[in-house]
This record gives sequence, structure tokens and C-alpha cells, in this order.
Amino acid sequence: MPNYSYPPMEQRRVMGKRITRLDGMEKAAGKAKYNSDVRPKGTIHAVGVFSPHAHARVKSVDTSAAQQAPGFAAVSVVAAPGAEVNWAGQEIAFVAAQTEEQARDCARLIKVEYEALPHLVREENLAKAGSRGKPAGEQVTGDPEAAFSAAGAVTHEAEYGIPVITHCCLEPHGQIVAWDGAANKIEYWPSTQAISAVGGDLAKQLELPATQVHSHQDHIGGGFGSKFQSDLWGAHAAKLSKMAGGKPVKLYLERREELTIAGVRPSVFGKVKLSASASGEMTGWDSTTWMTGGFAGGGLNADLLPYVFRNVANRRINHTAVSTNNGASRAWRAPNHPQVCYITCAAMEDLAAKLKMDPMEFFLKNLDKTPRADTYKAQILKAAEMIAWKQNWKPRGSSTGTVKRGLGLALGTWGGAGHASRCRTTINPDGSVLIEIGSQDLGTGTRTIITQVVAETLGLPMGGITLKLGDNNYPASGASGGSTTVGGVSASSRKASVDALDKLFAAVAPALGVPADQLEAVDSKIQVKGNAAKSMTWKAACAKLGVSAIIAENANDPRNPGGLTTGGVGGCQMADVSVDTETGIVKINKVVAVQDVGLVINPKTSDSQVYGGVIMGICAALMEERVMDEMTGRFLNADMEFYKLAGAGDIGEIEVHMDITPDHDKRGVIGIGEPATVPTIACIANAVANAIGVRVPVLPLTPKNVLNALHNTTRRLA
Amino acid sequence: MNAFEYASPATLKEALGLLGNSWSDAAVLAGGTDLLSLMKDHIAEPKRVVNIKGIKELGGITKSGGGLRIGANATVDELMESAAVRAEYPSLVAAARGIDSPQVRNMGTVVGDLCQRPRCWYYRNGFGLLAMKGGKSLVESGQNEFHSIFSSGPAKFVSASSFGPALIALGAKVKIASASGSREVAVADFFKAPTGDGDREIDLKPNEIVTEIVVPAAKGAKNATYEVRNKEGLDWPLATASVVLTMKGANVATAKIVLGHVGPTPVVAADAASSLAGKAINEETATAAGKAAVAGAKPLSDNGYKVQLAAVAVKRALLAAAGKA
Repeated sequence: MPNYSYPPMEQRRVMGKRITRLDGMEKAAGKAKYNSDVRPKGTIHAVGVFSPHAHARVKSVDTSAAQQAPGFAAVSVVAAPGAEVNWAGQEIAFVAAQTEEQARDCARLIKVEYEALPHLVREENLAKAGSRGKPAGEQVTGDPEAAFSAAGAVTHEAEYGIPVITHCCLEPHGQIVAWDGAANKIEYWPSTQAISAVGGDLAKQLELPATQVHSHQDHIGGGFGSKFQSDLWGAHAAKLSKMAGGKPVKLYLERREELTIAGVRPSVFGKVKLSASASGEMTGWDSTTWMTGGFAGGGLNADLLPYVFRNVANRRINHTAVSTNNGASRAWRAPNHPQVCYITCAAMEDLAAKLKMDPMEFFLKNLDKTPRADTYKAQILKAAEMIAWKQNWKPRGSSTGTVKRGLGLALGTWGGAGHASRCRTTINPDGSVLIEIGSQDLGTGTRTIITQVVAETLGLPMGGITLKLGDNNYPASGASGGSTTVGGVSASSRKASVDALDKLFAAVAPALGVPADQLEAVDSKIQVKGNAAKSMTWKAACAKLGVSAIIAENANDPRNPGGLTTGGVGGCQMADVSVDTETGIVKINKVVAVQDVGLVINPKTSDSQVYGGVIMGICAALMEERVMDEMTGRFLNADMEFYKLAGAGDIGEIEVHMDITPDHDKRGVIGIGEPATVPTIACIANAVANAIGVRVPVLPLTPKNVLNALHNTTRRLA
Repeated sequence: MNAFEYASPATLKEALGLLGNSWSDAAVLAGGTDLLSLMKDHIAEPKRVVNIKGIKELGGITKSGGGLRIGANATVDELMESAAVRAEYPSLVAAARGIDSPQVRNMGTVVGDLCQRPRCWYYRNGFGLLAMKGGKSLVESGQNEFHSIFSSGPAKFVSASSFGPALIALGAKVKIASASGSREVAVADFFKAPTGDGDREIDLKPNEIVTEIVVPAAKGAKNATYEVRNKEGLDWPLATASVVLTMKGANVATAKIVLGHVGPTPVVAADAASSLAGKAINEETATAAGKAAVAGAKPLSDNGYKVQLAAVAVKRALLAAAGKA
């Protein structure tokens, strides 16, 4: 069994270095081609017809006028007469034409008659949900009532909520697809987080063998968990292509549909009661939460409550999923966690205020209820040092003046162990090295870190490695979800490259006069271990291969990762905010993020992941909210005008501290994309409560919600 | 967007000849930052688009009789960079800065800002300017956090104009041309709350073009605009106030206060303004004027918070004008 372990921290030459992203310049210069930029010769354009009703039965679909329109190529009806549509934006038909404008004209010529049916699109008032609410069974541990009524117990009871937010991918969902009917082969350029699997998913929809779909993708403009499937529009784009004689069809969602039907994050609303002893020992938790994940319901795991502090002795959980007439939810960067983190950390901050305790002390005192007390303690103390908690924190509501300042904290956790991944390493006789892997770079630096791992393994500069990914002809690698990519691709590329190198050692060992296991690859040379004098150049060594390249393929097996990757991390974030109490505008002064993440291959790209995670959290905390209208059943702000995202001026300063230590390093590689976004919302919301002296119970922290909280005019949920 | 005929006339006369008697005949294109989105959403479906950018006589910002002449093609960026504007009209500069997108400032025109259509999400989602359904106001019964707090009629949207309040406070006029002649309208009268679905929110007919804005000389009057916006970057204000003060010594001689983004037209707060006469501007008098300015507010179910924002905008605009911000 070869030794696949990474070199010890202090011996690494390429791994662990702050390497700039390999495709950064290409992207910054606008040279990177996203699939929405791809235009194979002869491309025609398709657009959709979507239901304007939140709930209706389709009475008729008449495409005859569209078929007579200039440029018409093909039409594919999704919802036949009699079909029930369950949300505004549900797909009725797709139509292709020679130009995008003609396709839009054709779509407007498709006449659809509906019989409108009653709908429910808002879920914050559970009483109005009626039979649409599906309660999960109650869970009870210990005796929460006894905890609440115990002598000396201090209890706090309140409502909290986070609305549905969207993924808001800048590159919408969609694809270019060409279906050659004669050969029955499909060329497919999707915007996807799963290049190895999405072609098979499309083939399944079209009842074709997976072998018939060739998928390509160099870059993706955002997915955040919403781009794993080929989707209905993928299948219909392919059908339109076949109908149009195999011409490539470009079908990307418009911004409105991108926000409406391409996935959202479930909401959560709830009533929480919790208790602590006078000295701050948390004794009981009781939460009744509800949410919507769209028509299908589901999508939030309330069993995670109370988040991180789940081992509280007495606990009661009730949760109801409400089916609403909205598009389905999809995984959204750290599914479940940001919502339950907010519910938990907000309630704890509020109880700490009631106890007249510093919430940091309250959190520290209760770390025994978490699975990683030592890690969290170190992280809290580090974050506190970075944000100068001791100097800057004041008891809730004691900040004076019109603009009030406050601090808040929250904790997060995530898994992030590597997924199943295969990689092929080829060492050519001319010394060139090719890595092929059916993975994708979501913009996180996957290209860069694979190249670092291989360069480290083969003793070569990064420029000596050619990496190919983003194609399902390469060895299959998992979807990029759950922060599993970095652990998977680093392990598979490490193992394939160690195997290839061992073969090279075997080929050159005779010439160097030592057994193969006495060789090492360092500084573009193959040398006898510890004896640089006895060596040959990488190029000379590879020349010994004659005409046969070395090809080695290996995999990360998630059930037996061999120490190269593990999961399970913690993080602490603290926010420093200023709130203008006259306008309700919240300004982020600073967010600090302390995160453990195992072995860090590239501190620069991992820091960037944390920046990105924190920024997404800031957007959700301050601005993001899907606004549904009960009268019309419409998503009113399915745009980027009133669906607001924070801009550069709203972000404030973000300071990242990655826990890079020998102990963490020994755990192997762990994903960072998701954990870093978990605590941000909660720590900002807590900082606002600390600043203004009252809780803004339902996010986002807009002027409306902040002023309503200050004036005690917040509407009760139920 | 529907297919349309595109005309690019070189003279105003030619342009006026290309307009029709109905809004669906022709639309005037200057910056296009609003028109194109209206057309894409099929809110506007003109058969002809008349590009006026090539008409030289409609360009530029010039000093005129001690005041300013702002041509129909003058962009927001030109206004913001104009030395004449910067010297005497900080309220206009602040309103321009509030349009916090270099792209929009570079393309969008000041006149276009006055003529743009409301941003009401019911209107933009195709439910009509007044957003009535079955005799009920969708805005009143629905999601109205960004809507009017000063509506007496059925129009519940807010005027989207950034410059309207400042221009009204400064006493500006617009010049409007049609094939049959030209007319002048005070900016204060240019905005009007529609009462029927066919009405417009500005005093302009389909066969007319606003050719220029005439701003009177500031004559040393102190002026300022304060905007409350949630975001630092491009974002519609939640409430704004523009003020103009003439002083007699340390005290106010005359004041004008105009609120923006809180009603279907800019809202002139005459009582609040007159209550300042003879007083010095300080935290106390400015706060009182802010409160007076919103005394007649009638918030909807979900926008009561805007009453305070409007009052605060007035206070802060007054303090800024008085150099006390």
C-alpha cells in the first residue's frame, strides 16, 4: 500500500502557500467563457412560457399562432390541458426560434387559458396555513417544563423569523444543448455544480443511456446549491434541439424566473422558550417552528435545534412544514444551518441580556452542550481578541447617541468531508503531466488547489501541470455541494499522482542504482532520498519511459479516506455594527470570522471562501427577502432592484482567522464553502440587538424592521 | 419587447413630427435607462422610438440669466460635474449622487429622471399604474412597504424622481414643446397624482417633449437634499427631502421643503416651511419642521416607518443646508 499521506506541514513547498487563483486573471479580464457565453455554430434560442397564476388548472394551450411567427423553430409543451400548476412561474411551454427576440415574440403568441384556483403564498402566519401545514412529530428530551419552572430559573420567550431568500445566481440556470437525432448523441453545455452527473441526469429525463450525453463546463457564474440537476428546462431545450434538426438550443432563465423557480432557501419562523439558571447554565429549550420550502413542503431540519448547543438537558421540538404555492426550495449554501443558527443564537443572546450577562460569557459557560467545547472556546477567545470584545462590548441598550454601536456573536458548524472523486494522472515521456478529473471549479479555486497538490506530490512547479476538468469524459468526481469538493479532489489527485510517481520511480530506479522506494521527487528532479547528488532531472527521468506514458487513476473513497480528508468543523463570528436609530439603517463596521478547517491547501483561496460566505450572510442579514403577494400570488421583487443584495459599500471590514495548527492539519482536508456563511446572520442580528436594546425578531434588518422594533410596532407572527 | 420603428432625428422639429397622439404611437428615448426596461416588460409598447440624443439644441447645462438651463439630453453625470451646479446648487448635486450607479448617471438624463415611470412593483408586474383588481387597491391590501404615505386619491405609488423635490424647492420650470408650440410649467405642477388608469403622473402629452429645465438663480439661498437609502450603492430612496433657505442674518427668512419618494408626486411641505420663518436652524427647529412636514401623512398597512424617515430626511436636509450637519 503506497503512502498517500501529505508531507508534514513544515516540508510542504506548494501546498499551504497563498497562491493566487489560476483562473483569476482570465475571469477578471472577461476572457473566461461561461456556458451562457458559448455559441456553437447554428445556435437557436428558446424561452419559456410560465404560469402567471399561483394555482390554476390549464384549460388549453394554443401554439398555432407562435408556429406561424417569423423565425419559429420548435415548440415543446410542458403543461398539457388539465394539468394543475402550483406556483406562479411554473413552466407551461418552451419555444425556440432563430433569434432570442423572435423566441420571445413566439412565447407571447402562445395562448394559455387557465382556471384559477385558490392559493396560499405566505407562510409567516401559521394560523392561516390550515391543512397545508404538516407537523412533524414532537420530540422531547428530559423535562423542559420542569427546567422552566425550576427555582431560580430565568426564562425567555420570543418569536424569531427569517424569510425565504433566493440563490440569485448571476449566471442564471440554463444550458446550450444540441441533440443530434441521427447519431442520438447530445452535446451539453449546462451551468452546473455536477459536471460528471448532470449529463446522466439529462439522459434519464430523455430516456437515453448516459453514454449519449457529453457535458462540458469551464466556468460557472454561481450555484450555491441550486445547480445539481438538468432540470425541466434542460430536457425541453434538448427536445427543441432534436425537433429543430439538431441545432444547438440556448435556453437560460430570465432573471424573474431565475429567482422564482430555480430554487430558494426555506424560511423559518418560530416561537422559542429557553431557560437558564441565575448563573447562566442553560437548562431548557422549547421551540415551535414552521417554514415553507415551496409547494412540496419540507426543506428544514428542526432537529438541529438548539443549534450547536444541542446537548441541552431538556429540550422540546415542534416543527411544521407549510406547503405554499411557490417554487421548490433547493439546497442553499449550508442548508438548514444559517436559519437554525439565527433562531438559537438570537434566543441565547436575548436570554443573556435578561440574565444581565455578557453573551460571550453565556456562550462560553454553555460550551459543554456542544460537540467541540475546546475548539469553540479557543475560537471565541480569538474572535474576541480580533474585535476587541472586552473593550468594545457594552450591556444591551447602553450605547448612547443617535447612532448606536453594538457587538454580537454566533457559532457555526459543518461537515465538509471529501466526496467520492476519481482522478487520472498521466506522466508523458516528454515530462509533461496531465491531470484529468470530472470535477468543476465553482470559482472557489478548485483548479488551483488540485494543481498545488499535484505539484507538491511530483516535486514540480505548478506550471508543469496541465489540469483538465469540467467534462464528463474525465474520471467521475462528485457534485460540488456540501463543501465536499476540496476534500475529494485533493485526495483523488494526490493518490493518482502518488501512484503515477511510484511507477516513474520504478522506471528510473535501476539507473540511479537504488530500490524505487528510496527515491523522492524534489525540485523537478528524481533523487535518492536525502542525497541530491544522486539524481536525474524530471525530464531525463521521464525520457526513460520510452514511448509509454504512465497513466494512473485513483479515487477518494469517502468511507475510507485514509486520513486525507475528514469532516466536522466549528467557527465563531463576531460582528461590530452601528445602527442609525433615526433611520433604522444598519452599517457593518466589522465582521471577524475564526474558522477551523483541517489541512489548508491554499490559505488565500480559503480566506476568500470565508469572505464570500460572510458577504452572503451580510446580504441575508441586512437586505434579502422574497416578497410574496397574497392577492396576486406573485413574487413581487423577483428582480435585482427590490430583491436587494449588499454592495461593496455595505460590507464593512471582514477579518478572517483560519485556525491553521498542527492538530487541525492532522485531520486532513475539509471543505470551507459552507461553514463560513453559517454564523454571519446571527452575529449581525445579535450585534443590532445589543446596539439598540431591542430584538428585531424577523429579518432582514431593514429600516422598516429596525424602526418597527424600536417603536414596538413589530407585527406578531401569530 | 415588441419590434418597433426607430427614428433618430437631427432637429427638435423633426422629432416632434415623429410623435403621435397616443402613448402607444411613439416614445422618446434619451438615456433609455427606464424606457428600455418598460419595453422589455411590455409596460410600454411604442410602435416608434424617437431617439433625441442626436438633437444638439437639447444638449448641455448652461448658465442662463443667473440661473441654469438643463437641456433634455444633459446627463446626471454632466449635472454632477458642472461647476455652475456645484457652486450654487448642492441640493441638485446630492440628488445626483444619490443615483449611485455610474452607469445610470452616465446614460440617464436629468429630464428623464422627471419623466420616468413609477417603480411600484404591482405596476412593473403588469397590474396597471393604479394596481386595482376587482375595485380593490392591490397596494392597500398587499405589500406596500415602499409605497406612498401621502395619497389622497387612488394612486399609491411613489414618484421615483430624484431631482423633482430639489427642482420644486428651487422654483424650477420645465419647457415643453409640441408641433403646435411650446409651454412652460412649474416643476411643482408638472407632477400630478393620476386618478384614472389612463392618466399619467406628469403633465405631458404623447405629442410633447420636455426640452429643458430652467432653474432660477440661487442668489445665495442655502439648499440641500438628504436621502434615506437602505443601500450605499444603487437603491431607490425610502424618503428624501430637499430644502431651500433664504436667510436674514442667522435666521430663516423664507424656506421651502419638498419631500420625495413618499407620495405619488413630490410633496411640498408648506406649513413646515413657513413655521421656520424667523427662526435659526438648529436640531430643535429642524426636528420640529420634520415633524410638521409629515403631520398629514397617511401611511398604509406596512409603511408607517416611512413617516419617521421623511421627518428625519427633512431635519437632516435643513441641518445640511444650514451647514450644521
